[in-house]
Amino acid sequence: MIACGGGEALPQVMIQADKQEVLAYMSKFEFPPSIKSRPVWGRLEARAGKHHLMIADAEGAAAILDIAAPELMAKSHVIYIPNGADFADKLRDLKPAQFYEGPSYSASVQRIRRVLQDAHMGLQVYLAGTEGLMGQAMQEAVSAGIPHTAIQTEHRGSTARRMQCVHCKGITENVEVDPFVCSHCGLNLFVRDHYSRRLAAYQGVCVDAEDPGNVPAQKGIYE
Amino acid sequence: MVEKPLTHGVIGRDDMTIQFNDETFRDDYSFYNSAWAIKRFPFPFDKDDYMYSVNMEPHAGGREGSIFDNRFDVDEHYVSEMRDRALVLASDPLRCQSLPHMTLAGWDLLELIMVSKSEDYPDMFELHRDGDKWRWINKPLGIDDSFTFLDETTLPYGPMEYITRQTQGDFAVLDQRDDNLWMDAGMITTQADWSLDFDIGMNFFEWHAPVPLAHEKGIFVRALKFLLNIQQGSPVRRLNWTMTVNPLLDTSPENYHKWGVQKTTLTPDNLGSKQHLRVELQTFFRLPRSNAMVFPIRCYLCAFQDIVSVPKWGRRLHRVIRDLPDELAEYKGFAANRPMMLDYLAKFDDGLPTSPGIWPEIETEPALQK
Repeated sequence: MIACGGGEALPQVMIQADKQEVLAYMSKFEFPPSIKSRPVWGRLEARAGKHHLMIADAEGAAAILDIAAPELMAKSHVIYIPNGADFADKLRDLKPAQFYEGPSYSASVQRIRRVLQDAHMGLQVYLAGTEGLMGQAMQEAVSAGIPHTAIQTEHRGSTARRMQCVHCKGITENVEVDPFVCSHCGLNLFVRDHYSRRLAAYQGVCVDAEDPGNVPAQKGIYE
Repeated sequence: MVEKPLTHGVIGRDDMTIQFNDETFRDDYSFYNSAWAIKRFPFPFDKDDYMYSVNMEPHAGGREGSIFDNRFDVDEHYVSEMRDRALVLASDPLRCQSLPHMTLAGWDLLELIMVSKSEDYPDMFELHRDGDKWRWINKPLGIDDSFTFLDETTLPYGPMEYITRQTQGDFAVLDQRDDNLWMDAGMITTQADWSLDFDIGMNFFEWHAPVPLAHEKGIFVRALKFLLNIQQGSPVRRLNWTMTVNPLLDTSPENYHKWGVQKTTLTPDNLGSKQHLRVELQTFFRLPRSNAMVFPIRCYLCAFQDIVSVPKWGRRLHRVIRDLPDELAEYKGFAANRPMMLDYLAKFDDGLPTSPGIWPEIETEPALQK
């Protein structure tokens, strides 16, 4: 399930190899081609800018480590949600201008809004980590007036999806299997690739509506 | 012609040219088409096979009495459809949404509909304007409101919601920027299984993303290029179609877990009355102040038993459904029922050739030869 980057040139972080970073690199995943509403994630690069806002969760930290240079970090505000990963000290060691370690995305969102509210022209936004984190942080940045095409992203770590149940509108986080049970209304939902930037979620639709009880066996979303 | 149950009433006033059906699109499904409505049903197939195409033409009138005749067609289902819309909105207000920058486009739409309807149906709708002081009379719905144009506080709803609670069809209002169209407002209660609440804010390619085959054929790239260039006063139209079991207007994804199971209630005996061809008249108008586009999607339903009462349509529908690619039958949601539909339709196909075009040609096409 996890794509491993074969024999291609390894980024610097691999050469400094420590086990955590190898794992982080290995967890870069090639998403299969999909429909046009599905987001396409990129690869972070340091861009010229007066200020830099970097938001990452879990292994997304490794994408920041990949582009970190002292002059960049001296103008950067890093917001990091570890979700059990162990990169916080490495990020601190980069000496960003501001650093915040949040216990969850929802605990961090007020700070993200405040930073975006105070932002001036020339702010660069970098998002790295899971699709749920990038999608929600992008939604905040877009609400603050930054075009989504101007925001850099890089997927790292879990390929789990943030899903909206089209029936009850409830969000189920970290969905790894298809079909899954809506954590709110309990319907069996299949995982669509149709994605809403505004909701930062993929769409889940009842899988057994036409034959109640006939639910296909669960499998990994990318199996 | 199929006998109509006598229990259905009509509503409306004697001085209006249309008698409105008193009917439902849910529960007991008392919806029906009169002989007049069947004859003017927009049969969507102009030949014996079907594949996606952009198929746009100017929306500048059509055969007299046809659904193409007026800018916003009003028919016998008007009053009951508006009642059904109110029920949908009461249970789910998110079917009508407008992002904050779309209010001006809502006023544009209100003006377009009020002007069109009062000109096209003067016996039913009146618009009196004195500067920005407007009075709108909608006789079928019993509405007589005075308000100030461009002043939201003088209407009971936002302008888009106000006028689309009084106009048949769904309405997607599209902002135009960055060489794309953005679904930034809409009144969507009779949709073919897509969610405004999910799709609002998406661009043209994103909200069409789930449609199979058409992207690869370049349909959406060409359609968008065409739509971006539509000028004020030169609306265009096309037909689209799908299938619905029971005359259910609200085939929303939100309620799919409730209505999906109805697809399994088809039997060879009830198919003729339960299975409906669902046709969308899609029109596109440029709006003058906002430069937005409005995309009305008007739904017409017709039971198979009424379609096959027109010999040409019976022959052709059988051929189209028989030869449709599997992906399309799957996407349109009738793959499982297709064999039963074909068993039914085959009885109305005697193999005779059909004349080109969508019109029923009842006088000139031969009667069924079997």
